[in-house]
Amino acid sequence: MTDANRVEIRITGFGGQGVVLSGHIIGRACAVHAGKHATMIQSFGPEARGSACSTTVAISDTEVLYPYIGRPDVFIVMSAEGYDKYRDELKNDGTLIYEKDLVRPKIKDGQPSFGVASTRIAEGLGRAIVQNIVMLGFFAAVTKLVPQEAMREAVAKSVPDGTQELNLRAFDAGWDAFEEEYGNTAGAEKEAEEALVST
Amino acid sequence: MKTDPKGVLTGVHYLDGDYACGEGAMAAGCRFVAGYPITPSTEVVERISRRFPFMGGTFIQMEDELASMAAVAGAAWTGTKSMTVTSGPGFSLMMENIGLAAMMETPCVVVNVQRGGPSTGLPTMVGQADMMQARWGSHGDYKVIAMSPQSPQEAFDLTIDAFNLAETYRVPVMFMMDECVGHMTEKVVIPDADEIDVVPRALSKKTPADYQPYAVNGRGVPEMVRAGDGYRFHTTGLTHDDRGYPEMSAERQQINVRRIMDKILLNVDDIVRIEEEDVDGAEVVVVAYGITARVARMGIDLARKQGVKVGFLRLVVVWPFPEKRIRELAAAVKAFVVPEINLGQMVLEVERCAAGQAKAVLVPHAGGGVHDPRVICDAIVEAAR
Repeated sequence: MTDANRVEIRITGFGGQGVVLSGHIIGRACAVHAGKHATMIQSFGPEARGSACSTTVAISDTEVLYPYIGRPDVFIVMSAEGYDKYRDELKNDGTLIYEKDLVRPKIKDGQPSFGVASTRIAEGLGRAIVQNIVMLGFFAAVTKLVPQEAMREAVAKSVPDGTQELNLRAFDAGWDAFEEEYGNTAGAEKEAEEALVST
Repeated sequence: MKTDPKGVLTGVHYLDGDYACGEGAMAAGCRFVAGYPITPSTEVVERISRRFPFMGGTFIQMEDELASMAAVAGAAWTGTKSMTVTSGPGFSLMMENIGLAAMMETPCVVVNVQRGGPSTGLPTMVGQADMMQARWGSHGDYKVIAMSPQSPQEAFDLTIDAFNLAETYRVPVMFMMDECVGHMTEKVVIPDADEIDVVPRALSKKTPADYQPYAVNGRGVPEMVRAGDGYRFHTTGLTHDDRGYPEMSAERQQINVRRIMDKILLNVDDIVRIEEEDVDGAEVVVVAYGITARVARMGIDLARKQGVKVGFLRLVVVWPFPEKRIRELAAAVKAFVVPEINLGQMVLEVERCAAGQAKAVLVPHAGGGVHDPRVICDAIVEAAR
């Protein structure tokens, strides 16, 4: 809203994918482990079981007065239905992050878009259920919005006891997937930008 | 007195308002909860029922809200700090026994996570339209205390305060959350048990022969005993004498009902909790509570950019109403602006206290969402003209 440093995120998927836990982990990483303010809101209603489910997080360096989001800066999508429901909401220059085996987005100019096969990566780790944590690792690498260590700490504190090691591997796998797929281009783009600034 | 560490989950957490309220209750020493779970309050009892076994607490899922409130009033008389949790439809059903608890002078906490009403209304969406019901919902003359948190952190802190006020004044305290605060997740810091002050039950030290259940001390609040401790024990919803026995007379009615009103009225300064910002020299003062207090501050910032001198008064305790302070401010400001998620409730109280000295302008919202801060800003700018 009026807060210049405010970042708004929407995460959507189908019930059971861990959409709400994903929002909780991002919020916790910011608010508990990175000294920011973060307010998470989860959708309530019949849609929370089975079909499209969603959660939002508003992050700021100052107190979050308005808890709901307007047009998100970052849109994390884990299902086609969720994409259809919320795609128009993303800011014109917002970042799209999607499960590339489940979502076929119509990429728009001006919206940096990054896909990851988070379900397949999770299956490769032995448990499809950690798909959302793979996605969080990927998100963290794409946006660098929250320090990597804060995110890892939040993952470890938010998942059931005994699953921390698996979940942290899932997080790292998501982070690495970004580095492998986009790392060089992202680096090159950054260099190009810096070159522009210096001239 | 410091609280029992068994109920305190010390640490830095990321919790929703409902969970934080449940943690506040346990940290305050609450060990009995009866309820009939209802959206958007269910997470409060979900949290409590999961954690109670580790601290010797009892949660009962009752057959309905009438029974829930009755069980809570009964449990309080065993010396156990007790609470029930509901939303609008259940709050309506509890009203009869809330009146009973007020008449029996029973310390307890009633949490209402407000959703849109009337009737079943908007089960999963926010409202603040039970504020007058909290004060006037049961029949007859009585007074309760009501408070309204603006964040999960405050849901924790104020729930402890609610239990302390309930014990201090032997009244049911209405904990008027709203769905937005209940379902929003934020950082919540829970301190060590030795940093949490709680008011223990003021048990009578008199001998059973000397004890009279409704004989008053200097504060107008009688001492309690625990049912079953060997004291004469009688309590009733009927107008009663010092022994707790029914006495149907105009004289006794005057003594009995006057006192349960006065124990709040005469201690208003101790009970009222308000927060003020920049009210000195303000043309307009915004009065708000719960989630609306946060959104209102954005409207205030916008209005200040247009050059309006705006102050802010947040009602942390809503009932008793800070009558004296509103009256003082009314003499100095042009108008009060009152945004609330209802079609006009606490604004009536502001208007009453302003008594024509300043306007009281409602910024209504029928429920299902929070205000657009720009609408609050427009109302402030208009009121300053």
